[in-house]
Amino acid sequence: MATLLNTIEDRTARDICTQHSDAPAELLEILHEVQEVKGFLSDGALRTIADALNISRAEIHGVVTFYHDFKKKKGAKQTLKICRAEACQAVGANELIEKAESHFKTTLGGESITTALEATYCLGNCALGPAVMVNNELYGRVDLDRLVEISNAHKGDS
Amino acid sequence: MTVKVYVPCDAAALSMGADAVAKAIAVKGGDDVKVIRNGSRGMLWLEPMVEVETKRGRVAYGPVFVSDIDGLIDAGMLSGADHELGHGLTEDMPYLANQERLTFARVGIIDPLSLSDYEANGGLEGLKRSLKMTASEIVDEVFESGLRGRGGAGFPAGIKWRTALAQPEGQKYLCANADEGDSGTFADRMLMEGDPFCLIEGMIIGSLGIGADTGYIYIRSEYPHAIKTMRKAIEIWEGAGLSGHNEDGSPRFKLHVRIGAGAYICGEESSMLESLEGKRGEVKVKPPIPAISGLFGKPTIVNNVLTLGTVPIIMAKGPRAYADYGQGRSKGTQPYQLAGDIARGGLVEKAFGVTLGQLVNDFGGGTRSGRPIKAIQTGGPLGGYVTPDAFDVAMSYEGMAEAGSMIGHGGLVVYNDTTKMMDMARYAMEFCEIESCGKCTPCRIGAVRGKETLDKIAAGEEVEKNLEVLEDLCDLMESASLCAMGGLTPLPVKTAIQHFPEEFMGRKEAAE
Ligand SMILES: Cc1cc2nc3c(=O)[nH]c(=O)nc-3n(C[C@H](O)[C@H](O)[C@H](O)COP(=O)(O)O)c2cc1C
Ligand code: SF4
Ligand code: FES
Repeated sequence: MATLLNTIEDRTARDICTQHSDAPAELLEILHEVQEVKGFLSDGALRTIADALNISRAEIHGVVTFYHDFKKKKGAKQTLKICRAEACQAVGANELIEKAESHFKTTLGGESITTALEATYCLGNCALGPAVMVNNELYGRVDLDRLVEISNAHKGDS
Repeated sequence: MTVKVYVPCDAAALSMGADAVAKAIAVKGGDDVKVIRNGSRGMLWLEPMVEVETKRGRVAYGPVFVSDIDGLIDAGMLSGADHELGHGLTEDMPYLANQERLTFARVGIIDPLSLSDYEANGGLEGLKRSLKMTASEIVDEVFESGLRGRGGAGFPAGIKWRTALAQPEGQKYLCANADEGDSGTFADRMLMEGDPFCLIEGMIIGSLGIGADTGYIYIRSEYPHAIKTMRKAIEIWEGAGLSGHNEDGSPRFKLHVRIGAGAYICGEESSMLESLEGKRGEVKVKPPIPAISGLFGKPTIVNNVLTLGTVPIIMAKGPRAYADYGQGRSKGTQPYQLAGDIARGGLVEKAFGVTLGQLVNDFGGGTRSGRPIKAIQTGGPLGGYVTPDAFDVAMSYEGMAEAGSMIGHGGLVVYNDTTKMMDMARYAMEFCEIESCGKCTPCRIGAVRGKETLDKIAAGEEVEKNLEVLEDLCDLMESASLCAMGGLTPLPVKTAIQHFPEEFMGRKEAAE
């Protein structure tokens, strides 16, 4: 049933597609930019993009689910990305993750109302691990105290 | 007179607070100082490492935190005075003085976005020489230099370029692989953040060599700083008209930055090309090879950032000068990255032939924790574990293969004696499960089975039988996977078992 809700266009998505000349090859850029503005990729946004680029909804769904970066649901206020790749494991990333899980009362890959803990696989800071990234800012030699400080410092981010 | 003070803008330095340090120095120093943001010298354990220009040369201090600034400046840092955080002249620090920096010649020295700095330090020489040569002369010189792919597989760059050049004239593409997904590696990032023009110059020379008019730099999304620097650098470069012009005034070689989306497999070249077309990053069956039919079905060269970033110096100094470094069929230099539990982690560029022990002990200073070294994983998540028994092995493509691992992208991850190799083996399988593109069964299903089997072994369930199951599974993944993701995941698993059998079998059986 074509309700009003699922035929309505997502203006942001439409504008971003236009900026990319509706080029299917630029799908990843478009998805990144829409997610940057909206925080996630809504069904409405994906429908609008599929329509603008003239590709099937199935195809776009296939792309969105293939890449770890893309999110289909609105997430927590803050996402702490903690590196759990080998070089960070060698300096205690797993211990940091355990402590973070109990401090922020959630699990890696899960979220509380305020905070999501996300696993990431190398941030290119492997000589200064454990490494963490929040809102595109990188941190090195992170222990729980520093993680809490970092989390607090980013509380004001939009 | 104002003093020049260098504070790196490299992401690793930023991760330790370099921005705040730069600001504090500017505030405290006032009109007396000019703060310049350079790349990192690669002595990452000293980041944020501040350098002060003096008549004798640049003097280094590090690690410098905001709370140190008042004391440092009061003690005379701005005139290069001694201090407990001081290291004397940067150039004389053994970690740097003992390197052979060719690809990284300018990194940490210049302001990454200053074209005049770039040119004053040897930049553009290779391009100027190349512009006087024919395409096949350029490709021949790259071939003669012996340069091999630094992305992992070590395929000779000149041979690949020759194939692309031999394709009929028309649309061709040149892509820089900046997906750098291997744990323990950060050299691509450091080069892009510390000397972005070097990658651009290398790509332009490459475009002249193969006849491409469009290029892409595929950077992983985990590298926001590199993305920003590369974009800015391209803007500056094109603004200066250095890409050459078509008749309508547009750049002759048009370079684009594209961003990955958190998929390790997109570092594999066919997957990367799919991703560049806006698709799922599924690996494609070869042939055809990309040099014949790649991006949008056109001849395409994919090279690692370090491979392309080494081309300018080869073209500037000539192929012989480059090939004089190294040994056997491993010519030139390799930027190694020392990571994990290591006292002096960072970037070490050395001619092939340096031993593993020299890198880990002489440069790296052993573990940071002070605990004994148990194992070193070389070549990223798909590389094998070696032990201190391999310290005498000379680093070369062939030497590392003989030692049961590989050079890969040059990463070395050091583990201390508290590491549980069973956990590392399980992690290798888990990583493969998470990152598999899903195209072929041995990898997609094998990784899951491998992880489960290791869980059984860990629980002491029919250990001997399950180790056999695991071995069969590894053999199957190795022989029947479409790409090295499934094909090499068994390497860390097998080498972990080979070097530390007692951790898998229980002490008693291993002792028998
Ligand atoms: C699973 C997998 C991941 C890879 N990741 C990268 C990578 O992050 N960067 C890279 O340059 N090459 C990577 N490669 C190697 C590329 O497929 C390709 O060989 C390389 O980019 C070619 O450039 P080169 O000849 O200059 O090394 C990867 C290969 C595989 C199988
Ligand atoms: S080995 Fe794994 S990553 Fe490679 S093609 Fe097969 S499923 Fe994809
Ligand atoms: S392994 Fe954690 S930053 Fe590279």
